[in-house]
Parts: sequence; structure tokens; C-alpha cells
Amino acid sequence: MIVAASNGLAGNDAVPRMTPAARDRAFDTATITRWLGSMIGILLLAALWEIAPRAGWLNRDFFPPLSVVLGRLSVLVATEEFWGFVASTIRTCVLGLAIAAIAGVLMGLAIGLTPGARKYTHSTIEFLRPIPSVALIPGVILLFGARYQSGVVLITYAAFWQVLLQMLYGLNDIDSVARDTARTFRFSRFGYVRHVAWPTLLPYLFTGLRLAAAMALVLAVTAEMVIGSQGVGRGIVVAQASNATPEAYAYVLVAGLMGVAINMAARLLERRLLQWHPSVRNAGGAR
Amino acid sequence: MIRSFLRKLMVELALPLILFGLLYALSADSTNFYFPSLAAVLEKFNGLWLGPRFFSDVIPSFQRLMAGYLIASILGTAIGIVIGGHAGVRRAAEPVLEFFRAVPPVAMIPLLIMSMGFGDAMKITVIVAGAIWPILLNTVEGVKAADSVLDDTCRTYQIKGLARLWHFILPAASPQIIVGMRLGLSIGIVLMVISEMFAALDGLGSAIIYFQRSYEIPQMWSGVLMLGLFGFGLSMAFRLFEHHVLGWYYGMRDLERKS
Amino acid sequence: MSAVMNNEEPKVGTSGASVASVVSVQHLNKVYESKERRVEAIGDLSFEVRHGDFTCIVGPSGAGKTTLLKCLSGLLAPTRGTIRVNGHDVTSPPEEMAIVFQEYGRSLFPWKTVRENVELPLRERKVPKDQRKRMVDAALEAVALAGVGDSYPWQLSGGMQQRVAIARAVAYQPKVMVLDEPFAAVDAQTRADLEDLMLRLWSEFDLTVIFVTHDIDEAVYLGQRVLVLSSSPTRVLDDVPVDIPAPRTQALTRVEPGFAELRTRVYRGIQAAKAQKVSP
Repeated sequence: MIVAASNGLAGNDAVPRMTPAARDRAFDTATITRWLGSMIGILLLAALWEIAPRAGWLNRDFFPPLSVVLGRLSVLVATEEFWGFVASTIRTCVLGLAIAAIAGVLMGLAIGLTPGARKYTHSTIEFLRPIPSVALIPGVILLFGARYQSGVVLITYAAFWQVLLQMLYGLNDIDSVARDTARTFRFSRFGYVRHVAWPTLLPYLFTGLRLAAAMALVLAVTAEMVIGSQGVGRGIVVAQASNATPEAYAYVLVAGLMGVAINMAARLLERRLLQWHPSVRNAGGAR
Repeated sequence: MIRSFLRKLMVELALPLILFGLLYALSADSTNFYFPSLAAVLEKFNGLWLGPRFFSDVIPSFQRLMAGYLIASILGTAIGIVIGGHAGVRRAAEPVLEFFRAVPPVAMIPLLIMSMGFGDAMKITVIVAGAIWPILLNTVEGVKAADSVLDDTCRTYQIKGLARLWHFILPAASPQIIVGMRLGLSIGIVLMVISEMFAALDGLGSAIIYFQRSYEIPQMWSGVLMLGLFGFGLSMAFRLFEHHVLGWYYGMRDLERKS
Repeated sequence: MSAVMNNEEPKVGTSGASVASVVSVQHLNKVYESKERRVEAIGDLSFEVRHGDFTCIVGPSGAGKTTLLKCLSGLLAPTRGTIRVNGHDVTSPPEEMAIVFQEYGRSLFPWKTVRENVELPLRERKVPKDQRKRMVDAALEAVALAGVGDSYPWQLSGGMQQRVAIARAVAYQPKVMVLDEPFAAVDAQTRADLEDLMLRLWSEFDLTVIFVTHDIDEAVYLGQRVLVLSSSPTRVLDDVPVDIPAPRTQALTRVEPGFAELRTRVYRGIQAAKAQKVSP
């Protein structure tokens, strides 16, 4: 979205500037206030989580106060089992994403660049993609049991569609002028892909990967919870089954933090690698 | 006219029919216990899902999903509008929202079972808890990006309060909200199935798991097929809804594309 | 136009402003402060607009024309000074004012048809349905868009979209209509048609118009009076009365000798304004 510059600032030089010292001071106060503003929400939430169970607003058995949960978490963090779980979840995610990314890109290019392929595959894609990956759970149990590969299959399936769809959107979007220019210069198929298609596709690909990454974590945890493979999800279920409520919450917290970390890492990566692309500079929303 | 319609139909059906045929043929002689022939699966499908189970399982699942999804849509949109409209609120809320949306809602199921039991309330809560985030976050983005010139227009022509919301904010954000609702629907379906797999006496998810546990494999696969059709059907219904609400948006975009 | 010709003796109020003026800007001052710099967009701006006037405002780019408009329309609060419209101070967008924005494409609601766009402000004013329909029809007729009521704005050309925005402003029956470089983004041929449309509407609906433009020819062609602004900190550099009589036509008015003189005077004013900007 282009925001109209409606404040009339037209870069006038005949105006007194601030001294460097004054500028630094102003910078600090403004940024600190802004930072505080962002933190207020989290602090309020943390306070609520601590007070509500202690004050009896929420049942303490089902909803342990934040300090208790954090205490349990600090104990867990020292155990090998905890890190084993975390590592297993990460491995499942990474593997699933990698396979999905490669498959999605290749299929996307194949469909997008083959004339006519899109209309023939359209109905199949539209039919298959809304199928929730959880539908594969029974099949995956049969094939892999409780091994981590079950999670990988679920992730690969769901992430593949994300990547593929974004690739197709991207291919749709390629500037027709750029395409005609490439044709005039008689780019080879490969040259076209490399110099025209690929740069346009990259932001879409990253969006797809970012969305897929968030999905991957959810699916990994799901698989671990439902199927019982090693990982953070299993930690949650086991803790809940043995009535170790603070521990269950601790694992949920960990899952949440992992999700936030993935999201932030994905956004940072996207910004770094796509600095030159106008869509990133305008910082679009969650699409 | 009829000719071009038929041709389009043929193009749409060509690949699916080929794949279906291949699958049917390749699996026809299957003696694998875990992957029976497509014919066997279809037979079970006919008996189960086009029959009594439709009412005893599919309908309850659908009802739970709709309840959760509608609540999530209304709440998500309403909260999103409030947050999106105030920069200060947005700044404070953003980290909190980022955290909550990152917690896999599946992870909450055991906790919710503890406090709410195994009933419909728990399932609907899970669905809301998962589906609300894309709707809420996309609403915030949509409201944030509402055109400032239109805002000035509303102010000069004295369009304020509820009218401003109805005529300006909501429609302006609707493309983005719809994107969120689409994601929310997928998430809702997933959570519906999983919560039922965990803890339910009826529903698609519980039926599938039941069959899997009792090693009634063709029935299990038929359930999976039903689930796929369920998802597909909802997706098509959503498409219709989307086109009805966003007709103007697509028209505008198509025109831009052509120029 | 009729008010000017009537030779009314404006009464002088306590503030020194004449009571017959619809818009009164007194010592307007607007300063933008951000952490890096302090920009005094408008220094000391004072002028008045009487009922029925067609006032054009020109100035070099960066002269704070947009800022002036935003303050005038209540969209932006001034740092100092007062703006009065129809007798009361402007603190928020005044009811009696309608604005036609430069970015016509973005000022029309894309999810509403042309008719719905034009009638929305009237709906908000609780105008009853039949009356509304008549007013909208009249406005669309006046801008020669009677047939496109059921189209969407984005289906129309740029010139037509601007006409819809003008129709909306006209249907609103404001005391003052303010236009912010409305024809800047439109091709020359369409611009000529739209200029003539403005003159027609002005006389037909007895409007008071404040018209901001960067096009000197347009300003002299349309206005009875051209205010030349200096560059920031902005103030009124020159107040040029345009005494070319009606009817004004594209073909004839522009070749009148009076036209050229006035045009040169305005031009010189702007050059002077630009020169001031360069000197420290």
C-alpha cells in the first residue's frame, strides 16, 4: 500500500536543523517510549498469568501461575530429555520443509512454464489442497508408526501445497513487459528462468516458506501428540497424562517460543535476502 | 456456447480422471493389508458415508466446526478492527499476539481436556483458539492499510462512527480479512479432526481413529476419503462466499492486470 | 458571481473580518516538528473568501498548498492562527465544506457504485430517500455522467472518476467547495472539459469555490481572483483580481490581452517566490 505523504514536507533546506547532541537525546526518548509501548502488552499478560491463579480467579490445578511454570521449565532445561525433544521436533520440521521446498519449486516451475499445464492441473490442485494433512495421519501411522518420519510426511504434504501455490501466484505475476523483453532478446528457456522468472518468484517463494515454516511446527507437534513420536508434543502429552500440569504448560510455552523464533527468523531472512525487492521494502502483511 | 462449456469441463476433469483410473487399476489386485484396492475403499465409502454415518458423524463434525469458525470469525474481526484502528493498542498488542499465534493450538488440547472435559465445548474452544489468529491478524493488517485518502474523505463528508466502520473500514479490510478467514477455515478443520481423534464419541476424526485402532483398514481409508471431500466441499463453499463478497475487488484487480 | 456584482458593503466585525466572507483565514501558521527537523510550512497566511467567489490559489511546489488545504478543511490542526468557515472556527472538518481531492481514484469507494458513492454523504445526513435520489440524479446530470450510475468507479476513466468526485461534492450542497489540484493527473483535453464543467457548476449551483492549482493558465481562466503563495514559510505574495468578464471560453478567453497580462503577473509572482526559496 502506498501511503500518501500528506504532511507537506517537501525537503526544504532553509530550516534550522537540530544539533547532533539534541538529535541523539530526542532519538533515545522516542525509541524508549515506543519499546515500552510494545512491552506493555506482554508484561500485562505475564502479570495476569501470575495473579489470576493465585487469586483464585482460575483454578490453580488446571492453571498454574506463571512462576510455577517457569520454575518447572528451568528444571527441564537442564535435562537431556528436554533437549532431545526439542532437537527431534526441529529435525522433523527442517526435513519436511526442505523436501517440500524442493518439490514445490520444481513442480511450480514445471507447471508454470509448461504451456497448458496450468489449466489441466487446476482442478486436481484445487481438489487436493484443501485436504487437511491430518487426513494422512492414519496412513502415516501404518507406514512409519511412531517414528519421526510420520511427522515429516505430514509437514511435507502441507508445506508442499503452500510452496506450490505461492510459486504459481508468482509466476502469474511476472511482469508481462519483462516477459516480452526477454522474448525480444531471445532468452533461452533457462535464461528466462534465471533472469526474469526467478527474481520475481523469490519473494513469493519466501512467503510460501514462511507460512510453511509456521505450519511445519504446528504439524510436527501435532504428529508428536497424536502419533506419539519423540518431540515437544510428546512432552506435552506425557506430562498431561501423568498430571504434571506445570510441566505440560512448560512444554506448551516452549512450543510457542519456538514458533515465535521461527517466525522472526523467517522474517529476518526474508528481509535480508530480498532487500532489493520493492514488495519487501513496503513490508506487506500476512498473506 | 455448450461446446466451450463442455470443452472446459473436459479440461477440468481430464487429469483427475486419469489419476483416478491409474490408482484404481494399480491397486485393483492389492493384497496389502494396509493399502487395499481403491475398489474396496469405494465400496466401504458407499456403505458408510453415503449412509447412516453421514448423520451420525459428518453432521456433528460440521456443526462443531461451524460453531467454532463463526465465533472465531466474529471475534477475530471485531478485535482486529479495534486493534488495527489504534496505533498505540497495536504496538502493545503485537508481541502478545505474535506469541499466542505461535502456540500450536493442538498443544492446548490436553490442557483444555483437563479443565473442560471431553465434550463439545472443549472442541469448539480449540477450534476458536486456532482459527481466530489468522482472522485477527489479517484484520489488523487490513485495517492498518486502509487508504488515508478515503479516511480524509470520510472525515470531510462527516462519515463517522458506525457508518465509517460499515462503509469504509470493513469493506477496505475485507480482502485481507477473507484471506485470514480462508486460513482460519483450514486450521479449523484440522483442529476439528484432531480434537475428535483425541476425545470424542462421534465425528469424522473419531471415526477414522476408531477404524484405525480396530484395524478396519478399508473403512479407515474411506473415512479419509470422506474427510478429503469434506474439506473440498467447504473450500468450494468458501469460494462462493468469497466471490460474493469480493466481486468488486476482483473486478478492480482484473482491470489493473489488463492495463 | 452575483454577490460580487451586487456591490454589497461588507460589514466589519470585531475581528476585523468582513461578515460577508464565508471563509476567513487569519495569520495561519503551521509548523511540523519531527525528531530530525522543524519545518515551518506556513508562515503567516491571511485571506478571505466571500460568498460566491471563485478563488484560485497558486504557488511554487513545496509552497505548502496541500498543508493550507488540510488546515482549511479541518483535517490538520494549525499551529497558530484561526480559520473560520461560515462564521465558526474550524477545529474539525466543517460540515459546510466539501473537498475534491487530487487523487480521485483513491477518494472514491471502490466497493460502491458511482451512485452509491455520490449518495453516501447524503445518507449520512439522513436525507430521505426520494429527495436523495433526485439530488444524486441532478448532480450526475450536471457532470454529464447520467448513464453510469450503476458502474463502479474503477470501470471509468480518470476524467470520469474525477467528475464523480465533483458530483459527490456538488450533491452535498456545501457552502464552500475546495478542490486540491483536481485536474493535475488528467490529460490536457479532458482538463479543458473539466475546467469548463467547473465554471458551469459554479454558476448553476451558486457555489463558493477555492481552487488550488499549479497551472497558471488554469488559475487565471477559472478564477475571479488568484492568490499567489510564496514558498515556505508560506504567506500571500500577491492577490490578483481577474476581471475578465463571463462567459469564459477556452477558445476566446485565453487569447484576450487581459488574460496574458494577468497571466504574466501571476507568473512573475511565482518566479519571485521561487527565487526567495534559494536565498538563505
